[in-house]
Amino acid sequence: MAGWLFVLPALVMYGAFVLVPLAITLFYSTLRWNGIGPWEFVGFDNYTKTLTDPDLYGTIINAFKLMFFFSFVPVALGLLVASLIRRVATGALGSAARTVLFLPQVIPLVAAGIVWSWLLSKNGLINQVLSAIGLGDITRAWLADFGLALPAVGVIGAWVLLGLCTILLLTGMSKIDQALYESARLDGANAWQEFRSITVPSLRYEIGVCITVTVIASLAAFDIIYISTLGGPGTTTAVPGLEIYRLAFLGRNVGVASALAVVLVLLVLVTVLPIQRLSREEPA
Amino acid sequence: MIVGRTEVWTGRLLLIALMAVTIIPFLSVFTTALHRSGTVPPGLAWPADPQWGNFLEAFEQAHMDALLISSVIIVVGVVPASVVIATMAGFAIGHLRIPGSRWLFLLFLVGLTLPLVGIVIPLYYLVRSLGFYDTKLAIILPLIGLYMPFGVFWMRAHFLNMPTELSEAARVDGATTAELFWRIHVPLALPAVSSLAILLGVWTWNQFLLALVLVEDPTERTMAGALGAFQGQYATDIPLLSAGSLVILAPTIIVFLIFQRQFVSALLSGSLKG
Repeated sequence: MAGWLFVLPALVMYGAFVLVPLAITLFYSTLRWNGIGPWEFVGFDNYTKTLTDPDLYGTIINAFKLMFFFSFVPVALGLLVASLIRRVATGALGSAARTVLFLPQVIPLVAAGIVWSWLLSKNGLINQVLSAIGLGDITRAWLADFGLALPAVGVIGAWVLLGLCTILLLTGMSKIDQALYESARLDGANAWQEFRSITVPSLRYEIGVCITVTVIASLAAFDIIYISTLGGPGTTTAVPGLEIYRLAFLGRNVGVASALAVVLVLLVLVTVLPIQRLSREEPA
Repeated sequence: MIVGRTEVWTGRLLLIALMAVTIIPFLSVFTTALHRSGTVPPGLAWPADPQWGNFLEAFEQAHMDALLISSVIIVVGVVPASVVIATMAGFAIGHLRIPGSRWLFLLFLVGLTLPLVGIVIPLYYLVRSLGFYDTKLAIILPLIGLYMPFGVFWMRAHFLNMPTELSEAARVDGATTAELFWRIHVPLALPAVSSLAILLGVWTWNQFLLALVLVEDPTERTMAGALGAFQGQYATDIPLLSAGSLVILAPTIIVFLIFQRQFVSALLSGSLKG
């Protein structure tokens, strides 16, 4: 019985501030309610609205577009970089690199948003560099461009997550038996074949972790977008997190906001669970 | 190992390039912060007359002293409590294996991938009705709950690897469960506990959404929340905004540089286990 007392405090806090709110989100999602006045049951209406209103389901599409930058780019680039620096990532340079590459993980996302808003602005460093190399024609206020704001926000996320992925993958690579590479070389394998048939399969678990972390970061993105674009221009960078915040706290539309929140929670689950399953399975 | 010279140099250059991409944004903000307040300087240029006073002005404008106190209070309110109750639960589930621990563990796992934005709406009304709105408690209490999935998951993983013989020997000597926990298992769990504390500390310091929604007064917020408010206020004065951002970031960066080894290993194992 004493054992249960040990779990109790954790369970109470988790229940009160996570499980109960989760249930209440479900409940709110069936209401029409402005947050103050009386509410009425509307059944699945808010879900119908979420899945048919382009301003709402559009945020989900944007989140999947962001996933390319938040997830694919850091994982793919991280793999490439990690396998190229694998042999030099020891010693003084290696440990300096660890510290530096971790910096974006330690600072708040809000700070990354502020820093990059400045870099990507009309007078910012990105345009300064482009002008210097003769590409002055394509300079613009990147975060205010209808076509390029989403990729620009994506670059911020990629910057934050690349270091983490690289170092995670590097740590995984240090556990791979070097003899595998040596015998592959003796068999005449080139660098690409080594990468495909030794590095990637051995890093199954680490790659799974990187994908999980970055996919959640893209689907649940909020801080970076709130700071850098507020979803604009238009709705080109609006993501579910931002829309939930706006609907619930600025638009006083608690029901629809909650329905979108439930959809988001489910979306994260159905996206992340298969990745977890695949990366934990033993390779056949 | 067969390593070609070109291979080594490509690797080194690439590594340095990657470090440069990480650092240069900060340098740009730093040089911008030294320009005259109210001007729009170029992205990366050393000013003719560096305005070091900008940092002092930003320190005052951002109420940095009040902010530091508030953020520290929030971290102190969240981290020790979270770590202690997560360790207790991890001990009961991973080591004592109390009846139903499998289900309990699954229940905690549910929260592991849950985005905060999925529950922030009820949290707002809950905090209002409890009367904590616009106080530090509005951030502290929900965060403790939110950290339980990861905390319990983390500590359970530690306790699963503890040999049962250890506890059996102590039981034979007549130790109660509480004594077993505090005298024997807590001291042995200190490495796992301190990594958890570092992770939760960083996450708390950087928490933005809860601060934004539940606390209006910037000086009652976390550092990240205050930074957001500062950006809203000084968005047009780029040099002052840059100086303010650096001033607000300074404590994080200093603490990170001092404890970099612990940070990196905690964050690495944190994401691998999570």
